[in-house]
Amino acid sequence: MLNFTVYVTKALGGLLVCILFSAGVHSSPSSKQDALPAPHFSLPAIANTEGAISLDAFKGSVTYVDFWASWCGPCRLSLPALDAIYRDLAPKGLKVMAISVDVVEEDAWDFLARYPVTYPIAIDTEGSVPKAYAVNGMPSGYLIDREGRVRAVHVGFKRGDEDALRAEILQLLEE
Amino acid sequence: MHCALKFCSYWRSKRLEAFRFVVLCAVMGVAGCSGLEPVAAWERGYLAEEGMQWQSSAREAKFEGHVYTSKEASSGGNGAAGGGCGCN
Repeated sequence: MLNFTVYVTKALGGLLVCILFSAGVHSSPSSKQDALPAPHFSLPAIANTEGAISLDAFKGSVTYVDFWASWCGPCRLSLPALDAIYRDLAPKGLKVMAISVDVVEEDAWDFLARYPVTYPIAIDTEGSVPKAYAVNGMPSGYLIDREGRVRAVHVGFKRGDEDALRAEILQLLEE
Repeated sequence: MHCALKFCSYWRSKRLEAFRFVVLCAVMGVAGCSGLEPVAAWERGYLAEEGMQWQSSAREAKFEGHVYTSKEASSGGNGAAGGGCGCN
């Protein structure tokens, strides 16, 4: 009985150490070597295209995947700003797609009626794709290179961010 | 130093196996709270819903706030603006 108690105590101690050391692990890739491949997805489109939107369709292009929501305040700035970048750089090969994480599809439609954009929009009411991308703020944008690797992650949006984003995209387009 | 050694030998004594087990269980229980996940970024829309607000009526709360600030000759301190999306 005593031995059993000792074993259980040691096992619980080990588990405790594992829990404490596993909390808060986070990484953000930036260089070409460290960049992780973007998780694949296929989601139903709700605007500017029909059928399903798959990341495979953007293979070979510099792609910006933007997660947004109708309840997200900064998204009122980020969507029009991203649309301006898209219209400027689409001739150079930039692809943009946005994923709404709204639970109710009509909320996304209402938002898009007020802030119209020209790039394709998909919706993920289940939240599986933002989970795969480890989204930790709204809006979150993932800049994916021609090899399908995530080269930059943008969380949140404020006035002036579009200039830095445009510069990053241009750099990737020139690679 | 003597006290520390005395406590160490007391802690290691066989009679206290059960006590150590209970203490570790208590620590595990407290540490378990650290494993609670925060609301995911894409689920924070729920926090902005009307049912999640402190006040049952936004209009009534605004009126009460107006009365309070005029009586106290001060304003603010009632929280920050935003829908809780965790950005900026």
